Amino acid sequence: MSNNIVAQRLSALITQHEASLLSAWTAELASKTFRSDEASVQRHTRQFLALLPAAIATGGTEDINHRNWDEVRNLLNEISSQRAKQGSTPNETATFVFALKQSLFAMLRGELGQDATLLAEASWAVSTVLDQLGLYTVEVFQKSRDQIIVRQQHELMELSTPVVKLWHDILALPLIGTLDSARSQVVMESLLEKVVETGAAIAIIDITGVPTVDTLVAQHLMKTIAAARLMGADCIISGIRPQIAQTIVHLGVNLEDVVTKATLADAFVVALDRVGATISRKG
Amino acid sequence: MERIPILRIGDLLLVTIQVDMHDRLAMTLQDDLTERIVRDRAKGVLIDISALDLVDSFIGRMISNTAAMARVLDAQTVLVGMQPAVAITLVELGLTLPGVKTALNVEKGMKLLGKNYV
Repeated sequence: MSNNIVAQRLSALITQHEASLLSAWTAELASKTFRSDEASVQRHTRQFLALLPAAIATGGTEDINHRNWDEVRNLLNEISSQRAKQGSTPNETATFVFALKQSLFAMLRGELGQDATLLAEASWAVSTVLDQLGLYTVEVFQKSRDQIIVRQQHELMELSTPVVKLWHDILALPLIGTLDSARSQVVMESLLEKVVETGAAIAIIDITGVPTVDTLVAQHLMKTIAAARLMGADCIISGIRPQIAQTIVHLGVNLEDVVTKATLADAFVVALDRVGATISRKG
Repeated sequence: MERIPILRIGDLLLVTIQVDMHDRLAMTLQDDLTERIVRDRAKGVLIDISALDLVDSFIGRMISNTAAMARVLDAQTVLVGMQPAVAITLVELGLTLPGVKTALNVEKGMKLLGKNYV
């Protein structure tokens, strides 16, 4: 029996039993603690069952990447990305499709019970399609999560690199979090832009918030300092914790050409001295 | 033949590079500059590269060499006006120009050389 005939028959059966399938499916979803609001489940299941027969009839059951499956896939895209944003698990997302299996099989058994061959063929077709659709939802879910992560990384990067003006001609760059290549690039760019903008002569790079300093981080710092120097601004590194001082020496990192201070306050005094200002106590 | 103009301000010389450098131009500049340092008894040289959006290793080395030549003739060189993007590129190329003094602009460069003309 050709696949096409099975697909046509299947499509016709789904259309015929749409109402009963819908209620069985939603009941199944409800029993599987499918976290979602009633209204959107109702809407999504109805839309899905409305689109499914046409897609099976025209697109076949072998490959859901077929052009005629576009509408079904678009619907699943929407459902999965929405669930990803709401924080569902991939399991829950895939359950949406897989929960339809039981009701479909029950329907097929009732209709085609007397024709064993056709029943087997149809069951196989249903199984193939739903498996593919289920996997597809997981894939889309994963992609949406990845997008969310990328966006958050971006936001984090913008948050974590402020350049503040401490005094005339003095900038401070409090670094918080691990310095990787991408971040140090952003740090370097924002520092240099600020140097041009304010005409600062000295920048204090405070690394109190940097958890570890390895050779790579040190290299990034040296590059930033070298670039600032090329633009005529000197840098002071401050906020070096005792453990970090030990690590730097053990790693053999050469910070001899750079002024280093233990605290931001010490660095600030040095910077003020360089620009010809002093702080004094009243009275 | 095109030349890069060298302007005299007191006992300083100001060189503003605005065009793309090539070998011949660089050689001419170094000839002219050393000549002028001796003739004008200049104590300082300001090289302004604020108009350059692109500095490659050739120009970087040329600037280092020029600074070294000026130092031999007892004149301090200050490189001024480097763009942020240029600074990042040079650092990535590993050209940190050790031995060349730098300043943000001509005014600060003059201050650095201890000459307050402004």
